[in-house]
Amino acid sequence: MKCGVVVFPGSNCDHDVYHVLKHVLDQEVTFLWHQDDTLKGSELIVLPGGFAYGDYLRAGALAALSPVMGAVKRHADAGGLVLGICNGFQVLLEAGLLPGAMRRNENLRFQCLDVHLRAERTDLPFTRGFQAGQVLRLPIAHAEGNYEDSPEKLDALEANGQVVFRYCEPDGRVTPGSNPNGAARNIAGVCNAGGNVLGLMPHPERCSEPILGNTDGLAIFASAVQAGSQAVGARR
Amino acid sequence: MKARVTVYPRREILDPQGKAIRDALNRVGFPRVEEVRAGKSFEISLGASDAEAAGRELRDMCEKLLANTVVEDYSVEILGGEGAQP
Repeated sequence: MKCGVVVFPGSNCDHDVYHVLKHVLDQEVTFLWHQDDTLKGSELIVLPGGFAYGDYLRAGALAALSPVMGAVKRHADAGGLVLGICNGFQVLLEAGLLPGAMRRNENLRFQCLDVHLRAERTDLPFTRGFQAGQVLRLPIAHAEGNYEDSPEKLDALEANGQVVFRYCEPDGRVTPGSNPNGAARNIAGVCNAGGNVLGLMPHPERCSEPILGNTDGLAIFASAVQAGSQAVGARR
Repeated sequence: MKARVTVYPRREILDPQGKAIRDALNRVGFPRVEEVRAGKSFEISLGASDAEAAGRELRDMCEKLLANTVVEDYSVEILGGEGAQP
């Protein structure tokens, strides 16, 4: 499957994502520069973590207006797969490809630690590799992961099944104590209505190989690659 | 003309930064401070002469970029300069 990793000035997890897709999952991967206006035929687009445009104005705000995002929007509108990780998630929110917004972490600290996540959806292209209610351990590293929207919008998000990952205890219980940043309803990841665009704050690319001591993140990439390959097969 | 755009967290949303600043002000001898909302201010010079049109354009800028209206409100103030209304 052809994968594209978007590089903004200030992206810093781009090579990690490239490595996982190319060397762990053996896929064809290309970097997409923020000024590109095409996706070079990529079927899976990943917006990596980092500090795109230095997080000037708001995290993701300026990146959301860069030329490549027009192509990413068209890809998403056509049902193409888009994954935003951490800063990439913030870019997707600012671009309007996902609902909601990020605020400063409630305790005002940059949070860098492993968290537990409960997979709320196991039928999405990105989560098919998970069991229902499966608990994952993934690292987070962010200052602005405090997900927010109006109560009505949050209710709609829940009703539509767009909450994909929630911060939880190791046993899967969703508690205030397991919420590292104050995110509304412990939300760590959401998808669009179509389920083809996913954003999450934790970093699956940092735990996708045994040598790193944790492979819980790999299933997200592997699921997307598998779903994409099946979709390509079905079209042929 | 010159304008000032102010963007601040929406009132119904907890502003963790403003709360920390309020707590610090309380600590250093300003116990009467009840609330602080921490926002951003932009001074914008605009090649425009019609204050009403400039106001519309500035609000459009807020909607498109300067504010994230999911969590922020904004206000626009024309400061004056050539063509500004008295």
